[in-house]
Amino acid sequence: MKIALSVKNISKKFGDFTAVNNVSFSVEDGKFFSILGPSGCGKTTLLRMIAGFLQPTNGTVEIDGKNMLGVDPNKRPVNLIFQNLALFPMMNVYGNIAFGLRRRGEKGKSVEEKVNSMLERVGLPDYGLKQIDQLSGGQKQRVAIARCLVLEPSALLLDEPLGALDAKLREHMKVELKKLQVAVGTTFVYITHDQSEAMVMSDYVAVMNAGHFEQLDTPQHLYSNPSSAFVAQFVGKNNKFIAKQRKDENGNFFAETADGHSFKLNRPVDFKDDNFIELYVRPEAIIINPKITKENFNILNVSVKTILFDGANSRLLVVPEDSKQELIVSLPQNKQFDYIKTKDKIKIGWDPDAAVCFNKTDGKIYEEL
Amino acid sequence: MSFLGRSGFTFKNYTAFFTEPIYWLTFVRTAMYSILVTFIVLIIALPIAFFITKVVNLKIQGVLLVFLLVPFWVSELIRVYGWMILLRESGVLNHFLVGLGLFKQPTEMLYNDITMIMGLVYTSMLFMIIPIIGVMESLDDSLIEAAYDLGAKKIAIWREIIIPYSMPGIMSGSIIVFMLVLGSYLTPKLMGGKNSLWFTEQIYNQIITYFNWNQGAAFGFLLLVLSSLIIWVALKLTKQDFRKVIK
Repeated sequence: MKIALSVKNISKKFGDFTAVNNVSFSVEDGKFFSILGPSGCGKTTLLRMIAGFLQPTNGTVEIDGKNMLGVDPNKRPVNLIFQNLALFPMMNVYGNIAFGLRRRGEKGKSVEEKVNSMLERVGLPDYGLKQIDQLSGGQKQRVAIARCLVLEPSALLLDEPLGALDAKLREHMKVELKKLQVAVGTTFVYITHDQSEAMVMSDYVAVMNAGHFEQLDTPQHLYSNPSSAFVAQFVGKNNKFIAKQRKDENGNFFAETADGHSFKLNRPVDFKDDNFIELYVRPEAIIINPKITKENFNILNVSVKTILFDGANSRLLVVPEDSKQELIVSLPQNKQFDYIKTKDKIKIGWDPDAAVCFNKTDGKIYEEL
Repeated sequence: MSFLGRSGFTFKNYTAFFTEPIYWLTFVRTAMYSILVTFIVLIIALPIAFFITKVVNLKIQGVLLVFLLVPFWVSELIRVYGWMILLRESGVLNHFLVGLGLFKQPTEMLYNDITMIMGLVYTSMLFMIIPIIGVMESLDDSLIEAAYDLGAKKIAIWREIIIPYSMPGIMSGSIIVFMLVLGSYLTPKLMGGKNSLWFTEQIYNQIITYFNWNQGAAFGFLLLVLSSLIIWVALKLTKQDFRKVIK
């Protein structure tokens, strides 16, 4: 498959501060590629280097196999959708979409045809004469995308374009954007700090932290096989145990927590005696009152502290016996667990295959928002 | 008063303006030069305002604004005399140019139209820059970047984005500068030559020299009406809303 965008060993330094540190990736033509990371991780800097607004300190950007070093943003075959969309308020919708075509020197009929067919494709026919401030948030979004797509770029770069929308519209636009991308077949490079946006829309997601990529994978893999503690914490919710890893005489691994619990491990870290590990178990991997008595199932007696009801996202906050650590457990809303009340004593359990662990890192690796 | 003659009510004072070429020609000359000065001021003010609002950082921005304002702390008279000391035959500039051997002998640089225009541009510059800075500050940088990203060159960005966006500021600055220049008396009087008669000097002559207060009043009223008319035409031509401009 053709490679639309390829970034090789790119770095950007601002004085002593390294914003982007030796990042490489390539995106196949027609794919939806997301870069996911907390604010300040360097993802906007990376995107601006691809668009041409910043020159990398090291490394190269190739678009359609051509090196883009020293090529100005107005000559690159990629277009950027800004966080605030940056629609031109002094022009109407038609003027905004025709802007790029006119800059290329196209005139008359061909501009008109392209703009009108583009408006139709984004579902805004007959909106050409409207002023920008007459549009709703979602319509502005679509005009911004149309303004770029009409130029038929090799790749469309999107800088958190859904950030300014309210929650309901954001949910809607996520699906809309994915559908649009599939329909037009243009390569999208999308940056966001919202993991749900990245997971829902993308073919591939790169998780970025402190200037480098932690993991580049499909959303499913990222979720089930995080390659680092940062990814485990940043993508999805996770319960974290600090424990010591031990090995018994049969060669099985265990995690021993400070308050005396012991959990079986199927995916241990490289074993050093007595090393501290972080064990991650997802709330939705934990089963309430498990009936399966599989041999190596981890079972824990807990008491229910609070029920956090949130529709499909409902969770239980539980505390294991002889412990103060709170755990979050998913509570499916299928009537099965309606008998659970606050302060009840229940059993929870999880398959060791569903848990991951990493060597303990010093200090906070990621500030929970 | 402007309608009074020796024998009571009359339009004579007004018809005199249109029948005597020296009067209306002075006005046309004054208006033309005022428009020219306004354009020159605008062309210089746009890049300066852009530089102050978009290019430099906040600290330097304040310093530059103070530099712009400082000359206006002294009166127009002092500033014009400052220019005269610099430019006259025995002035500072001539001294240097002759000293450097560029000129063989001192030349008189005062008392011609070019010097007068330069003086008017200098005295009214601030009144153009400040309103434009006001509008440009609210111009989102990402609009410029978006235009650049969509393939626009520098000239197209100025023509399509920056100038249309700054239009209310440009128009209010232009109105202020135009009125100031049209109604100025000191600068044309002191820096202009014998041929650079300004319309305000005509009014002065009527009232002070000929003691014809009625004629002077008529000229004053005509100045107001005609300058308002010019501004109205300018607003119509640029499709600007007067209420937006004066806001």
